[in-house]
This record gives sequence, C-alpha cells and structure tokens, in this order.
Amino acid sequence: MMMRADVAGLSFRGRTASIGFARGPFIRISAGENGERVAGEPQDEALALREAIQASSEQIAELASAAGGEAAQILEFQVALLEDEDFIEPIFADISQGAAADKAWSSALDEQIADYTSASDEYLQARSSDLADLRDRVLHILRGGETQAPKIPKTPGGAVICADDLPPSRFLEIDWSAGGGLALLRGSPTSHVAMLARARGIPMVVQLGALPDAATALLDGESATLELDPGTEQITLFERRREAHRKSRASARAILRRPAATWRGERIRLLINIQRVEDLEHADAQYADGIGLMRTEFLLSGPDGMPDEETQYRVYDAVLRWADKKPVTIRTFDAGGDKPVAGFTPEGEANPFLGLRGLRLCLVRPDLFKVQLRALARAAMRGNLKVMFPMVTLPAELEAARALFAETVADLKAEGIGAMLPELGIMVEVPAAAMAIGDFKAAFFSIGSNDLAQYVLACDRSNGALGTLMDPLHPAVLELIVRTAEHGRRAGAPVSLCGDMASDPHCVPQLLYCGLRELSVNAPSLAQIKQTIDRLSHGGSGG
Amino acid sequence: MLETSADGPFVTGKVRLIHVVGMHARPAVKLTKLAKRFQAQISIRASETADWINAKSVAKVMALRAPRDSTIEIKAHGEDAEAAVAALIDLVATDFPDTGA
Repeated sequence: MMMRADVAGLSFRGRTASIGFARGPFIRISAGENGERVAGEPQDEALALREAIQASSEQIAELASAAGGEAAQILEFQVALLEDEDFIEPIFADISQGAAADKAWSSALDEQIADYTSASDEYLQARSSDLADLRDRVLHILRGGETQAPKIPKTPGGAVICADDLPPSRFLEIDWSAGGGLALLRGSPTSHVAMLARARGIPMVVQLGALPDAATALLDGESATLELDPGTEQITLFERRREAHRKSRASARAILRRPAATWRGERIRLLINIQRVEDLEHADAQYADGIGLMRTEFLLSGPDGMPDEETQYRVYDAVLRWADKKPVTIRTFDAGGDKPVAGFTPEGEANPFLGLRGLRLCLVRPDLFKVQLRALARAAMRGNLKVMFPMVTLPAELEAARALFAETVADLKAEGIGAMLPELGIMVEVPAAAMAIGDFKAAFFSIGSNDLAQYVLACDRSNGALGTLMDPLHPAVLELIVRTAEHGRRAGAPVSLCGDMASDPHCVPQLLYCGLRELSVNAPSLAQIKQTIDRLSHGGSGG
Repeated sequence: MLETSADGPFVTGKVRLIHVVGMHARPAVKLTKLAKRFQAQISIRASETADWINAKSVAKVMALRAPRDSTIEIKAHGEDAEAAVAALIDLVATDFPDTGA
C-alpha cells in the first residue's frame, strides 16, 4: 500500500514479520526460470525425477546442517515430503502415463500449494512458500540447472533484499553477516522464513504489494514501513526511530536486571514456570527469583516409560544446582485430565477432568509415586527445594501424601542414603480447597488459575466455543484468589499464582489487588511482567 | 484397546492435540518420523466422520488440518501395533517434545 509521495522517496506499508531496522542498497531477487524440459521415455523421466529428488534432498540436508537449530527443523518438513511415498508415488504414476518429469512434479506441487494457499488458517497458508521452495529447487535441477544450489550473489552489507516471497532455503543462502533486511511483496508473518528472520534478528516486512525499482531503501520492521530512495529528511527520521527502538529495548533489559520488583513498597517475587530442564536455557531465566513451578510430567513420556529414581534424581538435582540458593518448587506428577499417560492414567473415564488425576492418581499408585518421592527426598539435600501436590480437594489428601513422603525419607535414611522432607505445599485449583483453605496445613500455596477458573466457571478451558464465558477475571475466581491470599498472609504461608494469568499483563494489576505478591510466569514473559509491575508502581496504567 | 476387523486384530487409541497451532509442519514431521519406525500399518484421523489416513505420510497428516484440541484417533495393525499406538499417543500428549522422540 502506498502511503505518500510528497517527500523525496516513496513509502510503503506492509505487516511486521520481524522487528528491527535496515538501511542500505535495495536488491531484488527472483526465482529465475529455465526453459521447459522435453519429455523423454517414461523410464528416463522417472529416473530424472528420482535423481532430482535425491539431489534436492542432499542440498536441503546440507543447508540444514550448516544452519542448525530452528532452521534445520524447518527444512525437515521439505525432506519429509520428499520421503513421503504417498505423495511421490502418484507423480511417478503420471510419468509412467507419459507426462514429462517437470510437468508431473510441478502440477502435483502446485495442487498442494493451491490447497494450502486457500486454507483459512494462516499457519497453513504460510507453509505454501515451503512447498514453492521445494517445487522450484527440484524444477531447477530437472530443467538442466546445476545440481549445486543456485547461489544468490553475495549481498552488500546491510542490503534490503526484496522478493515476491522467500523460501527458507533461499534465506539461508543469503549472507546476513553484515546485517540487512527483508522486504517481501507477499509472504506471511507466520512463515518459516519469518521465524528464521526473528531468530537471526533480521528485520522483515511482508505483504508490501507491488514495489517499483529503487537504488536504496530504509526498512523499519517496527512500523512495518519500507521507504525507497529516501531523502535526507526521511533518513534523519528513520535514524531517530532506530535509536528510540534501541533505547526502549535497553530499558526493558535494564528493568529485568534490577534485583526486585516492588509495588506499593512491597517486594513482588517473580518466579518462572518450567516444563523441562531445557527451559532454563532461556536468556531471561537467570533474572527470576526462583522456580515457582517445575512440571514433572515430561519425565513420564521418556522413551523408556516410567523414569527410575536415578533418572528423576539427576533431573531434580540439575535444576537445584542451576537455582543455587533460589527456591525451586517441584510439582509431583500431574497426569490425568487433559494429560493422559499410557500405563498410568485410567482409561475410559467419562469425565477425566473430574476424575482420577493429579495427587488423587498418585495416591492410588503408591508404587510409582514413591519412586518420585524418593528422588525428591534425596534432591531436597541439594538445595532450596519445595514440593507441591496438584489437584488436592481435602486436607486428608495432603496428610496422606505427607505421611507417604515421611515414610520414604525414613526408608532412605535406614538405607544410609541422605534424604530429608522438603517443605510441602498444595496447588489451589479445586474450588472446595480454595473455599476451605484454612483447613490445610501447607507450608505454601500455589494457585493454579487455569484449572481453578475452569472448575469455578464450569467451562472446559480447551473448548473454544465457550468464548467469553471462560473469563479468569470473573469476580468468583478473583474472590477465591483473595481468600487464598488472605489466608496465606494470616498463616505466614507464601501464596503464588502459576497459571496463565500471571503471564498476562492485563491480569497482573488485578492479581496484585487481590493480595498476591508472588507470580510464576513463563521465562519469555518475565521482562514484560516485570515492566508491567514497574509501570504500575510508578503510577502508570499498566497497559 | 484391542479390536478386530476384516484386516485382523488392530489396536486403537485416542489423544487430544494440545499443540498450540494444531497439526502443523513440525508436529506432522515428528509424527510421521515416529510412525515410520514401526512395521505396523498405522492410520489416523482427526474426527469420527473423517477417512483414515496413513500416519506415515507427511502430506496426508498435514492435510488433516487438525486444529488445537481436536482428538486424534490412532489405529494400527501389525506386530508392533500396540507399541506404535502407545508411542504416538505419547508424542501427541507430550506436545511433540524436541528430545527423546
């Protein structure tokens, strides 16, 4: 879309795919077509396609190994498609009927591309550029191109590359070491190439529409604008925006680095939730005040089935070592409900969310539960460990778990193995537990707001049809949060909240007003939540 | 669950797709890769009325367009059918982890 032509250069607006700024020469690249192939005998055509597929597989594998990480995963889809017999066989069937290899190949791919492009789902639409990439790569070889990857000439530093759409493999062939940016006429913010651009910090704007040729360009990934052949005034404004962006990012990082968040003079503890040990590798994890929720269900899905004591101990120990003196709250197996585990959770329950899940399930399977408790009791010697039980309804359940844990500790000691009983707390997610919170002799409480809201509102949280009924800020939910927070304050037991609400800047002010002073969020949300609290305490709106 | 059909005994299972964007490229690649490690013939579908499709075909699995929270039904027959169904359920239930699969 053209915005204005009154200043020296033209300005276009698209959609942001990756934030950042690039200023440099404007370079167009295109797919580059060779002539069509003359069909040979069917067996020759089949052989040509087989060889082209093989060569393409090798090129993609080479690109993937050079790029590694996320890029490699993205290219895996293309390799998987080349290895998909259901997909490839009909193409060879066409060839045996006399079709030329290139025509048979591209019509099969075009059909898939059209199918993806017409999808209502943006993620699926975005996959069509992966397919176009694959189509063109194989075609290039079939139509006599070298079997070496077509090289894009080395781009000058900071160039703004313009293309209709850019497949991931072409992105990886461009040398981005000197920066630069990507301006696409079509494309999508959810495409694989957009993920790659974000991962590499390359600014990218998509859906710019038709663009004229130009010598130089300014690409602003934040406001999604592309300015061609800019005048001096445009360049000055662009550099000002670039500088403002740099400062704002630096200030979010600075807030993260501050030791503590405070609100109304009270310390707000910000902890993180982790699903698995690798989550600790997030760059911001180190700024958390500890781990508010470590889920352990991932241990149940290993290739060898139920993890033994040693395997579990090593995982818990690794997390405690990472945390050093900071608190680590580990939740015992929370299987069942929407988290079925073969061989552990019951089958055929009419309503698994109200069934044998969480601590209920662990208490009827003491054989499996004791293995986890043994590993936790040993790990408790290694750091600031707290253990919490999920899906608790009655104080008697907490006491049964405590008794089993104490027995486990005694067994370990009798065997001469170092062990201790850690602090024990409960998840507050069953409304009855929140209503009768004063009856629980727990050292701490953690509000599982996702389940609490779904039980209070009688809304399956995974049922999109319920829409706005599923509102975690409903007064009934907030009342139970207040009740729990007040009890914690009176009893001297810390209360945190570890559901999705804690990671949502719009919910955070309400949670603080409810009396919560500990929130456990996902590591990628940590900076934003800390900034939200910082703005609230400085009289901002918190938005 | 063990059942029988004209093709002989087969094993079935169901699992909810919790992946945030549904059955997209990366989940589909992981699912087909895992399915290919078994000898059994494995079919899946994302709704009770849909046709069964080959779980070893990434193009077909993508074409399911299974959204988040849909229930994936799995059916397998062959020697290692039981292990195949269990492994696939596990993969989907654990949200396609990057390791161990």
